[in-house]
Amino acid sequence: MDLNIAHSPAAHCENGTISSLLRYYNINLSEPMIFGLASGIFFVHLPFLKMSGMPVTSFRTFPGVLFKRVTKMLEIKTHTRRFFNPQKAMMELDNLLMVKKIPVGCVVGMYYLPYMPIEYRFHFNGHNICVAGKDEKSGDYIVLDSNALQKVTISPEDLQKVRFAKGGTYPLLGQMYWIESVPKDLPPLKPLILNSIKKTCKNMVCNPSFIKFVGTRGIRYMGERICNWEKSMGARRAQLNLAQVIRMLEEIGTGGAGFRFIYGAFLQEASSVENLDWLNSFSERITQIGDMWREFAYKSSRIYKRREGENYSYNDLGELLFQISEKEDSFFKDLYARVKEIS
Amino acid sequence: MKVKEVPQDLKYLKGAIVRHIDYAVDEDGKYQGVVSDGWTPKNEALEVTLDAVNDECEKILQRIRNKETSPLEYHLVKNLMDVKLLSKYTGISKRTIRKHFTPDAFSELDDEILSKYASALRITVEQLKSIP
Repeated sequence: MDLNIAHSPAAHCENGTISSLLRYYNINLSEPMIFGLASGIFFVHLPFLKMSGMPVTSFRTFPGVLFKRVTKMLEIKTHTRRFFNPQKAMMELDNLLMVKKIPVGCVVGMYYLPYMPIEYRFHFNGHNICVAGKDEKSGDYIVLDSNALQKVTISPEDLQKVRFAKGGTYPLLGQMYWIESVPKDLPPLKPLILNSIKKTCKNMVCNPSFIKFVGTRGIRYMGERICNWEKSMGARRAQLNLAQVIRMLEEIGTGGAGFRFIYGAFLQEASSVENLDWLNSFSERITQIGDMWREFAYKSSRIYKRREGENYSYNDLGELLFQISEKEDSFFKDLYARVKEIS
Repeated sequence: MKVKEVPQDLKYLKGAIVRHIDYAVDEDGKYQGVVSDGWTPKNEALEVTLDAVNDECEKILQRIRNKETSPLEYHLVKNLMDVKLLSKYTGISKRTIRKHFTPDAFSELDDEILSKYASALRITVEQLKSIP
């Protein structure tokens, strides 16, 4: 039994899963559009919150909120469930798939995913996949993972294991979500786009000034801290921390430059909506900012892997972050002002 | 980033069906998603993390040769697991796992417990008993 949803690779797993679920109901939204509507872009650097001993740096909003935000905006009814009993969790999944013929999104852990290369087997418990069928003979599930180039299959044992992955910030409890019903006509996109842009800008630049870890101020804050990394934690530890930041910035799922390019694609796509063509110039601006983030990644890599003739220091990185912070600050402030003007 | 600048530095994804998608602009400034094999700076970021793991493995190997610890600790670190998680996945207490880090206790383990460890670490029992 296969629900026959066409597979389409995406940069980010949650966007990709949402877009697969929506596609089944003939709603075709691109990945950047989903990401933009859900106000996915963000920045936060939390030196006091440690994950495997390293400060948390994130370029996006919290996992799990994208699905809720997008479906709520589009007036789509959804359901999310968690389980204490793994067998029950698998039975309910089968029930939805086989009896009700509904594709299901599952939050899973990365470590036991059979098709992940060994080097990527980290205990990351926020990966999203779309389960879209089951081979009745072998019992294997047909899965759309947006990071894979084609559909993959997972055995029931493995699926149960990844759905109940241990560790992480909170227990997974076989979390799964699906669409219950879609409205006949989707609401017009224009006000949704403007509202979500407003929300994004608020998240980035309108935080009270005593919260220095988030938004564009957070980028500056990380710049200030990064200058002292070598002194405060020693060369080796500082390199590991820097590598961790670059992995959050560039690793699978970001679309490059910590989601800045996806956001650029969103603004460009939104500019084709009536009277929003001015968004195009903003798309170009965020693309330039994305290129600066790439430069940051490149220079950082020259610190943890030194090459002859190139000598970058943590101060250079800090300086670059100050510039990025300033650019993003004026970008989101200008964008906010423009959107407020017309809505 | 331009479409033709999307990096294709294949390293860790060799042979896997997993790939990156990068968003980049074409000649006319239009955005599109482009499949990427990887990018050296991020491959190296992963390499730095894995190097740290390998360094620790080397130290553990030395301690195994000195009869101070068992192959279990080596495979635990090598497979990016830790005692707390292994305990949760196997149902064996952390204290007992640490006891099995001693060569004597490890050599007396029966197949049932060994296969529990092996399956949690995604290796075979043979691999678990041996070291490189």
